[in-house]
Amino acid sequence: MSSAKNKQQPESKTVIEVNDLVTHYGQRKILDGVNLNIKKGEIRVIMGGSGSGKSTLLWHILGLYQPTRGQIKLLGNDIHTMSFNDQLKLKQDIGVSFQSGALFSSMTVGDNVALPLREFTDLDENTIRIISRMKLEVVNLGGFHKLMPSQLSGGMTKRAALARSIVLDPKLLFFDEPSAGLDPVVASEIDDLILSLRDTMGMSMVVVTHELDSAFKIADKITVLDKGKNLMTGTVEEINKSDNKRVMDLLQRRSRHDKLNPSEYLRRLTQENYTLS
Amino acid sequence: MTEFIRFEKTELLTTIYVTGEVDLSNSAELRKTILGALKTTPTVKVDLADVEYIDSSGIAAMVEGLQFANSNARFFGISNPSTQVRSILELARLDQVFDID
Repeated sequence: MSSAKNKQQPESKTVIEVNDLVTHYGQRKILDGVNLNIKKGEIRVIMGGSGSGKSTLLWHILGLYQPTRGQIKLLGNDIHTMSFNDQLKLKQDIGVSFQSGALFSSMTVGDNVALPLREFTDLDENTIRIISRMKLEVVNLGGFHKLMPSQLSGGMTKRAALARSIVLDPKLLFFDEPSAGLDPVVASEIDDLILSLRDTMGMSMVVVTHELDSAFKIADKITVLDKGKNLMTGTVEEINKSDNKRVMDLLQRRSRHDKLNPSEYLRRLTQENYTLS
Repeated sequence: MTEFIRFEKTELLTTIYVTGEVDLSNSAELRKTILGALKTTPTVKVDLADVEYIDSSGIAAMVEGLQFANSNARFFGISNPSTQVRSILELARLDQVFDID
């Protein structure tokens, strides 16, 4: 498989743009002025500790949550101001592979993969069958179309979900923890697939992960989030060389603890109406 | 017929020349042209030299052509795929299924 590092050209056009994104859960600020600029053909990995806001950022980019403030543009379209019809059109250019796979348990694997084609196109059944089985071949699940999701292993479920996410040949592909819970060999296969899709189809991808090995293997650039803010964005080399303590903590897998404020800590434990600020 | 497809036909061979991008908007026309040609000539080739992009529906149209040819004692092949088209075929291992020259 060919190397994917830094394949996108510097002059490539921006396909994902996030400007000053702020969001709250209740009174708690989850994202605090996040900015992203992702180019065509780029694989951008979003990293950060638990609660850093990385999954929340992904859901906002996908338009599943409404932010408190900020702008998100996908393929040049502001997702909060575009018309419903344009949103429908945009959805065909977006593929999402959820952490759990999110396959419909009552449908065969083949029907799961074919679902977006039946939903968004008027292709005839023969063509839909060929395309969906072709995508299963791509993810090395050729011949598995008649199985039910319950008959698949964890790695196979992720690959089937990946097949479904690429069935419409999307321009943008989003992954939430693609290799979480997989053994290293299967996780590496998923990484190879991600690289291969970028190299052959030219897709731009956002991958949310906390798996360092995977991130370093596939990323053109890594954005590190901490407490809902951009801590750093850079190439794998730049991230590795960073002397930022938070980034170093993340790379060394050390748990992060702020310096304890005793009175604040006591309030957290004792006040009935305490909320995080 | 739109300008993205033209063909040359002899008694034994139809060559279909495709230009530009093949996607959901025009793959049905490619499919129709391939299947129509296979009904009238024993050998059909699709020349992809001028194809800049082909999506899965375009690839599926060619798979259907191959399926029809194999079921009806005809021959179907692909000529001059670009590196990008070839890599898409390789990704689904269809380079091992199609006759490519």
